[in-house]
Amino acid sequence: MQVSNKLKPFFENITFEREDNTMVVNFGPQHPSAHGQLRLMLELQGEEVVKSHPDVGYLHRGIEKMGENMIYNEFLPTTDRMDYIASTSNNYGYALAVEKLIGVEAPRRAEVIRTMLLEINRIISHLFWLATHALDVGAMSIFLYAFREREFAMDLMEDYCGARLTHSAVRIGGVPLDLPDNWIADLENFMAVLESQIPIYEGLLTKNRIWRMRLENVGIIPVEMAKSWAVTGIALRGSGVKWDLRREMPYGLYPELDFDIPISDRCDSYGRYKCYMAEMYESMKILRQLIPMYRESDTQLMAHAPQYISCTKEEMMTQNYSLMQHFVLVTQGMRPPVGEVYVATESPKGELGFMIVSDGSPYPYKLKCRAPSFWHTGILQDLLPGHQLADVVTIIGNLNIVFGEIDR
Amino acid sequence: MRAYKPKNDVQKKSYYNDRFYITPSLQRKTVYSDSVFSADYLSLKNIVDISESYIELDHMVIYINPEDNIKAIKHLRDIRAYDFMVELSAIDYVASKGGFEIFYELLSTTKRKRIRVKTFVKEGQAIESVNPLFRMADWSEREMYDMYGIVSNNHPFMKRILMPDDWQGHPLLKTYPLQGDEAASWYEVDKIFGKEARDIVGPELRDAACVDRYDTDRFARLGHEVPKGTPISEGNEPDTPIRYQEEGGVQLFGVKLVTPFDEIEKEQLKQRK
Repeated sequence: MQVSNKLKPFFENITFEREDNTMVVNFGPQHPSAHGQLRLMLELQGEEVVKSHPDVGYLHRGIEKMGENMIYNEFLPTTDRMDYIASTSNNYGYALAVEKLIGVEAPRRAEVIRTMLLEINRIISHLFWLATHALDVGAMSIFLYAFREREFAMDLMEDYCGARLTHSAVRIGGVPLDLPDNWIADLENFMAVLESQIPIYEGLLTKNRIWRMRLENVGIIPVEMAKSWAVTGIALRGSGVKWDLRREMPYGLYPELDFDIPISDRCDSYGRYKCYMAEMYESMKILRQLIPMYRESDTQLMAHAPQYISCTKEEMMTQNYSLMQHFVLVTQGMRPPVGEVYVATESPKGELGFMIVSDGSPYPYKLKCRAPSFWHTGILQDLLPGHQLADVVTIIGNLNIVFGEIDR
Repeated sequence: MRAYKPKNDVQKKSYYNDRFYITPSLQRKTVYSDSVFSADYLSLKNIVDISESYIELDHMVIYINPEDNIKAIKHLRDIRAYDFMVELSAIDYVASKGGFEIFYELLSTTKRKRIRVKTFVKEGQAIESVNPLFRMADWSEREMYDMYGIVSNNHPFMKRILMPDDWQGHPLLKTYPLQGDEAASWYEVDKIFGKEARDIVGPELRDAACVDRYDTDRFARLGHEVPKGTPISEGNEPDTPIRYQEEGGVQLFGVKLVTPFDEIEKEQLKQRK
């Protein structure tokens, strides 16, 4: 502990060569393969990690504190900054939690658009994961290929909402905009491109000797360890547990959609890699089913709940009372009923949950973001000892941690 | 008289409340309305005291005594198959009840059900760590300590996790101020250069969106650009409207492609020289 009125360097008591011949190495927080601001304090015996201590908090912005001092609609763009690789999944998780609290359901077309955006975000996130992870492990060309395809997906997002990373494409109670012209055609083109490209990535990696040597039997997460550390998402499915919230505790349109949940019994990084690749195909399968659902749906985009959600622009401009209500909702904010809600969605990283405690005022009394990456980083404490230093990079990259949501 | 502002809750409040507005509440069902939850409830009731229980939005909520937390959660995990603890944190009720509500959010992957176990601790009271049952509590309880100052007993490493180690105060408390105080904004200046340097260094500009339209060093006056660093002030703003080359006529297929400087540009060039 530092004496609070003295400015002294923190770890002056750490000696780098001790009697037991282990060495303490600071990995990060600016290490390029630390995927953000992860500082790992590793104790090494030769090149073997004997102790690891992840230090997080370098990106802490107090998003939960901000949420408790913002009205519900105001907080939605802030959720973008959690998992900034796939920000629509955060927007959706938050919007769904508030919708459940106020008892509002988004119209069908809005739900179709949201699900489309969610799956595109999943593809973006998985491509980003593949690119950076492969780059960390040493496969440079995959990075270029995967980023090329990710760019097409980002263009789709940009066409829809105008932003590339911080989408805010979802509103509480629906979506703000309908899909632009030709968007569906672009989506089909993108899927055709991606479908032809993923086999190329797999051809470069799946049977690649170096890739397999770096990933196989590295970062083995046994099922008990995964459950104990509350590991979710692909890290859990890679350990052979068939648990995907979209299927097991479905929300939104997912009960109507037909898709598989890829799992792997290998428990290691290679098994998780296989799951990621398979999930991109599943996302495309979902997107293909959504296109006819979009065409069949009614054109309403925002739910009708005048107490909580602003009316349409047309009503606002024609009816005085609607305008007044909109004004109250913007300046004072909606007042949800007293109660607590915890809603979990399957984000590309794992179970993303929002817990909101409402005391009936326009500000949430307590807002807790359950970010999956938080525990995917915590598990490094138990996972890394016994691995080689070079495997640390593989494991960090493989767990797909994003610091925006760890530090919040 | 000034409006009274409570010191124990300095968070943002709505500026207007309708006196006649009756706040609705979410509907709570009894635990017996769900067969899975009622079996869990009856089984747990034999082990620990349950002061309150209900089902709210598909979650069963159970209130237990803080000293029973290990017993209850162990029972739920081992006997009732709640194999995941997905979340753990506290809610600040210091202002209204003098303590914190700690909640443990449990998930059963076999039953596909979620339970929230809640317990109330007074301010300053510690709680037993559930780290031996769920390793995820290692980090969650550190976060809870960091954000609320609630200590977990027998925790392997009870240190701050997100905030710096030397931080004072716990940010998610309702008493935690939303804006920094005057002394804190001068902290670095005082420490490094001494108090007398305050005038030289000047106050820190924390408003990232602040645009000074007379600052020609850092901001361009869009549409009315002046050379960088030109001293301008109110009343002394040179008017430099945008001029397009096309207005003077670009001779595409002629000999002359460059148009001569006009009067304003000549003057600017002279100033720059």
